[in-house]
Amino acid sequence: MSVIKLTNENFENEVLKSEIPVLVDFWAEWCGPCRMQAPIIEDLANTMGEKLKVCKLNVDEESDLAVKYNVMSIPTLIYFKDGQIKNTTIGLHSKDEILEIIK
Amino acid sequence: MYDCIIIGKGPAGISSALYIKRAGFNCLVIGKDGGNLVKNELIQNYYGIEEISGEELLLKGIKQIEKLGVEVITDEVIEIEYNNSFTVKTINNIYNSKTIILATGNTRKTLNINGIKEFEGKGISYCAVCDGFFYKNKEVAVIGNGEYAINEVKHLLPIVKKVTLLTNGKELKNKNSEINIDTREIKQFLGETRLQEIEFKDNEKLKVDGVFIAIGTATSTDLAQKLGVLIKENKIAVNDKMQTNINGLYAAGDCIGGLLQISKAVYEGAKAGLSVVEYLKG
Repeated sequence: MSVIKLTNENFENEVLKSEIPVLVDFWAEWCGPCRMQAPIIEDLANTMGEKLKVCKLNVDEESDLAVKYNVMSIPTLIYFKDGQIKNTTIGLHSKDEILEIIK
Repeated sequence: MYDCIIIGKGPAGISSALYIKRAGFNCLVIGKDGGNLVKNELIQNYYGIEEISGEELLLKGIKQIEKLGVEVITDEVIEIEYNNSFTVKTINNIYNSKTIILATGNTRKTLNINGIKEFEGKGISYCAVCDGFFYKNKEVAVIGNGEYAINEVKHLLPIVKKVTLLTNGKELKNKNSEINIDTREIKQFLGETRLQEIEFKDNEKLKVDGVFIAIGTATSTDLAQKLGVLIKENKIAVNDKMQTNINGLYAAGDCIGGLLQISKAVYEGAKAGLSVVEYLKG
């Protein structure tokens, strides 16, 4: 499944009302670790297929959502299941580490 | 533009410089000091040498590469930027390079203050470049007393409303009149769901929205983490060619973990040096 870009408009439908678990990557263009997280996230989206929805949220463009979810450090990954936060992690993570987070 | 900048002038850094220079590429070695090696008064387990002090071995290594024409300078690296090539910022200068080898050893830095773990990502950060944005027009503090901390303060000044440098009882190494400084020792970090206050040991409190930790000198792990290098159990993750997940960025020696032995650092330095040569040859 390809990575979905989140905005204030699609957040509720894509994340909170999603029928499958969702991993949201909070990132920004100017953040070095976020740029290195990107290919790992893409790879994860390809591997997980229909089992996981992988999304990216640009904190510059969607700062209200970053504030709402208390994101104060990037990259932040938030794992949602049935519309609820199941896990939050900060910093760059390898694919194996992310697979542990979404277990 | 250098072909390679090696950060750290211990056995791993010097060994890598030897291979890079002998392959015909130019390189610069930047090191603050001799690291853990100079603390070793007598080495008796290194191949071919009955006994030698750490300092003597270090100086022999530096002399060996200087004889080949490698430039070795004493300076402290405070930041590395990556944009297809690398920019290395030290206290005294800025250098550019096609590749980097991180070999600054294994300096353990810990800040044992109550609440530090609890508020990581909830007001406590280790990277002003990455997270300063979240504190626009807010009041923050940086903890540290060296050039590394002052560099973090400078990143934050144009973004935040106010930044205070907290030395936590330590003396500030380089007095800077443009920066607000508080030298009191810190007792704990306080807040409900996020960091709100710092309590000093004299029981006075300082209201803050965020705290950036930048104690001591920037280690390989600090520098690497800000670039987006994968870190595993506080060590830099490398593949069998000593390469990190960033193209052109390598690491060797104690900073990648494993045996804290000179022979191991020399081997990894050689391997990193040869990998850099292979990379530069394309």
